[in-house]
Amino acid sequence: MPVTPRQTIALIGNPNTGKTTLFNALTGLRQRVANYPGVTVEQKLGELQIDGTAVNLVDLPGTYSLAAISPDEMITVDTLLGQQAGAPQVKGILAIVDASNLPRNLYLVSQLIECSLPIVIALNMMDLALAKGVAVDAARLSERLGIPVIPTCAHRGTGIVEVRRALANLCNGRVPVDGPRFPERVEGALQGLQRALASLALQLGRSIQRVEAERILIDTEGLAARRLIDKIPAFGVQLTAWRQQATENGSLAGLEAIIRYQWIRQVTDVAMTQMTSARKTVSDRIDAVLTHKILGTGIFLAITAIVFQSIYTWAVPLQDGIDTVLGWMGKHVTSLLPAGALQSLIVDGLIKGVGSVLVFIPQIALLFCFIALLEDCGYMARAAFLMDRLLSRIGLSGKSFIPLLSSFACAVPGIMAARTIDNRRDRLATILAAPLMSCSARLPVYTLLIAAFIPPTAYLGGWIDLRGLTLFAMHLVGICVAIPVIWGLKCSVLRGQPAPFVMELPSYKRPSLRLVAFRVYDRVHAFVRRAGTIIAAMTIVIWALAYFPHEATQAHAIDSSALGRIGRFAEPAFAPLGWDWRIAMAAIAAFPAREVVVAAFGTIFHVGAEVSETSPGLRAALQTATWPDGRALFTLPVALSLMVFFALCCQCGATVATIRRETNSWGWAWFTFGYMTALAYAGAFAVYHIAIALGG
Amino acid sequence: MALLPTTTLDAVAPGEQVTILTLRGEGAVTQRLAEMGMVPGAHLTVVRYAPMGDPLEISLHGYHLSLRRREAALVEVSRCR
Ligand SMILES: Nc1nc2c(ncn2[C@@H]2O[C@H](COP(=O)(O)OP(=O)(O)OP(=O)(O)O)[C@@H](O)[C@H]2O)c(=O)[nH]1
Ligand SMILES: [Mg+2]
Repeated sequence: MPVTPRQTIALIGNPNTGKTTLFNALTGLRQRVANYPGVTVEQKLGELQIDGTAVNLVDLPGTYSLAAISPDEMITVDTLLGQQAGAPQVKGILAIVDASNLPRNLYLVSQLIECSLPIVIALNMMDLALAKGVAVDAARLSERLGIPVIPTCAHRGTGIVEVRRALANLCNGRVPVDGPRFPERVEGALQGLQRALASLALQLGRSIQRVEAERILIDTEGLAARRLIDKIPAFGVQLTAWRQQATENGSLAGLEAIIRYQWIRQVTDVAMTQMTSARKTVSDRIDAVLTHKILGTGIFLAITAIVFQSIYTWAVPLQDGIDTVLGWMGKHVTSLLPAGALQSLIVDGLIKGVGSVLVFIPQIALLFCFIALLEDCGYMARAAFLMDRLLSRIGLSGKSFIPLLSSFACAVPGIMAARTIDNRRDRLATILAAPLMSCSARLPVYTLLIAAFIPPTAYLGGWIDLRGLTLFAMHLVGICVAIPVIWGLKCSVLRGQPAPFVMELPSYKRPSLRLVAFRVYDRVHAFVRRAGTIIAAMTIVIWALAYFPHEATQAHAIDSSALGRIGRFAEPAFAPLGWDWRIAMAAIAAFPAREVVVAAFGTIFHVGAEVSETSPGLRAALQTATWPDGRALFTLPVALSLMVFFALCCQCGATVATIRRETNSWGWAWFTFGYMTALAYAGAFAVYHIAIALGG
Repeated sequence: MALLPTTTLDAVAPGEQVTILTLRGEGAVTQRLAEMGMVPGAHLTVVRYAPMGDPLEISLHGYHLSLRRREAALVEVSRCR
């Protein structure tokens, strides 16, 4: 049998119409992720068996229209039109349409019809449409469009067999013809533009199909036109002329929408009937409470508090469990292997390295469990709706709220949660500022230093004390710094027009537990695979620096290690912060994970690494540590400078690795590390000197 | 025929139903609004404003959409009845 290249079908539709659900039902989760360079868009590739032959199915990100404004949207269009480098040629389209929201969903369909590709429509959410009192007649719709239309309820698996059968005939099916027609003027300009582009095919290195020509003509701020003009600047004048020819006055994009909605009206007149008069649905009634001025705000704060508290505290027992298991493994290895480089590599390098990856899993899993639940039931859009005003003051939108809030527990899931922000600049600003939120890994540092150096002076009759206030202030430092940072980013590297906040508010529905479980698995898996390897590698590098060159005779080998030498070498750089070489060394050793600084202090100040932030031995050792001339090393200003340094620095390999993964660029990862380290240094310097000046 | 009072969408009170007359502007924002179904002749209802006064929620073509006041100001509407 001849080997034929596998055919590829694209799954495309509006956001939140059940694409992923349908994709999973069709492919049975046999999928992999394609990550195209430049922008982070993950397209899921799945394998689908039709009559014994395997066909590829691509799950494209949800989109309302083919008019691409962001690079992510452009990738969707390019994949569809076979212009995306590295992506397989699409041979057919599986368009998913939300039956409960037919008119708006048909907008994209009206554009897909022009792609000269065979199409099958999955008419999903038939149950929701019925509940809303809308009857959609699939047979009439199919007849009117000249396309097979299969009614489905993807979350229950209804209609999947029929979709599969329709796809079997898809690739040799006929191409639909009956789309909206543009007025003659526009049509004439479009054909003229297409001819002009055809003569440029050699220069462009490709030919341009009608759909793309349409986008070039109509989308004045779209990427299709911009990329053409970037390549052939001289074409700009000609394009303007074609645009003028298409319409005398008024916006061409507005005209397109009018024509398409007229066509949609004709289609829905045939295929859709509103059975009951528009009445308040259950969803409307829920919404009246959840977005109520007082009640809604109260419920929002309560939900926020629960999410935050749970990732802060519920994850702790799980993390402790992981720690215990790893500690037990370490002890076992220590007793099995002779002391030496190998034992140290496995116990202090490998097990610690793997451990520093594993401890993040409980928080990531818990947070994404909440996010998926809230997203899936429809509440997340309401949270963004409620918080938008507040965040718009610093140039973000409501969609940044959950990522930033989650970062108080841990920046890693917070950064990953930023995927729900569709505007690229907003998303980057959120990702870059997320690590400034005071995460739980900073707590050990604060706890240790506060217990050792801040007196427990009580105020307000014992309701609050100075220690609690200091802890609170440390959390505030991050927020207070993040505001100008985001603002600054939005005025400099991420400058641009404010993103429009046009967001659909989906109806509430019961969340699908299968989908929630799938998302949690997906995120944890992504973290372990992509970020985990980098974190583990960094931990081993730091281990090697602290271990070699090894002189067994020395009582405190770390003093003479490469790390110790780096600490001594770096001492002058840290002297302005009030630190000596030992503190510098601990800070450097804590590069892969800031909480490591506690263990590092233990090793360095000769208490042994088996310490925790609450051990009295370590506290005493820090209190009695001195400079060579006998002055106390840790004064209040030094303790404050150290705390502020750790509040602002990006000493977290997992964060750096996650930023690299989510932005698909080492540049942004190092940028974050760089700006935060600079801020940390400046902040520590300022606090140290202010505290001295105030007579600390 | 009585002249219908016209205004922009950001000045419409919650609960009021209006008909879209025109969409101002030519940029990407206008295009996105049009694609979402805000075309001349479409009916929409302002459902509510967020607790802090911005954004607002509207319902049109049988679904709900949220947009900020500055975007709503691009939409010229006439009050029904
Ligand atoms: N009532 C109902 N719910 C459905 C149906 N199909 C999917 N869902 C639910 O709709 C929600 C959204 O489904 P997804 O598969 O995530 O939608 P999507 O199109 O992939 O969404 P994005 O990736 O965000 O664009 C989930 O809660 C599904 O369980 C259906 O036929 N009826
Ligand atoms: Mg999806």
